[in-house]
Amino acid sequence: MASSRRGLPEINAGSMADIAFLLLIFFLVTTTMDVDTGIARKLPPMPEEELQEEDPQIHAKNIYVVLINTNNQLLVEGELMDISQLRNGAKEFIDNNGRDANSSENPEKAIISLQNDRGTEYMTYIRVQNELAAAYNELRNKAALNKFGERYDNLNKTQKKKIRKMYPQKISEAEPKNIGGDS
Amino acid sequence: MNKFRKGDKKGMPAISTASLPDIVFMLLFFFMVTTVMRETTLFVDVLTPKATEIKKMEKKSLVSYIYIGSPVKRMQASYGSAARIQLNDAFAEVSEIQEFIATEREARDEKEIPYMTTSIKADETVRMGIITDVKQELRKANALKINYSTRKGDY
Repeated sequence: MASSRRGLPEINAGSMADIAFLLLIFFLVTTTMDVDTGIARKLPPMPEEELQEEDPQIHAKNIYVVLINTNNQLLVEGELMDISQLRNGAKEFIDNNGRDANSSENPEKAIISLQNDRGTEYMTYIRVQNELAAAYNELRNKAALNKFGERYDNLNKTQKKKIRKMYPQKISEAEPKNIGGDS
Repeated sequence: MNKFRKGDKKGMPAISTASLPDIVFMLLFFFMVTTVMRETTLFVDVLTPKATEIKKMEKKSLVSYIYIGSPVKRMQASYGSAARIQLNDAFAEVSEIQEFIATEREARDEKEIPYMTTSIKADETVRMGIITDVKQELRKANALKINYSTRKGDY
């Protein structure tokens, strides 16, 4: 009995820390902690060629036209606008509810039409997308607070659906054109 | 005096390092779990634009990446500095995107295909022309869920 106990000497665990450190350093070096974030969008499906769709009738007043040119300038509803004002402009347009006869009838009908040039900088484009998304998010948040007393992000699925129905995010991107300048 | 000297010598017992492996293992497991191995080497410089209304991307395994930017310094001699597209580990032309999406789809389960997202990681200085071309190709390939990769930040 005594001999069998002596036959199993304890393994020296002193170097375990070294091995673990080695592995740790390897993972420390290879790790990338960044979480991928971004603006999610859905592209419209390609129009089928033989099936010529007739344009759905949309009143011009329900469309908020945003154009971006090669020099990253914005033309909103026919007027030059700074990007910083776009958020409020879009909010006013979406939440007009027929107050102004030349603006949208209600948020469900409001459509934002975005068109950019091939020479527009990507940064500007993303900023415009961001401002438009922010306009919708702010409106949704306001509606969520009014209706449920919580921010939109904290609502449950059915509540979110209701709010989304009140403010559907309709951002339409026109087929690309090359208006001015090369890409 | 004698008393103090005696105390000095005896007052520094060796700190037990027996629990050191445990601590290190804990850290090790943390990093092993959180680590994401870099799969592709970037040949293009990409600094994504800033945005505030961002969402975290879910299901990383269902995301395919398209990198757009000007080639990195060491590649500029042979490829120039004009913005290019990178798919997987090589430069690509716009026309190759449909093929790329098809191979990405083949690698996934059929049920997961509708949830696949294409992440466009483009440099902020890139012109929209190339991005529009990419988007058109994605529409042709019927990969309609896209994500403009951005950094968190205000203007």
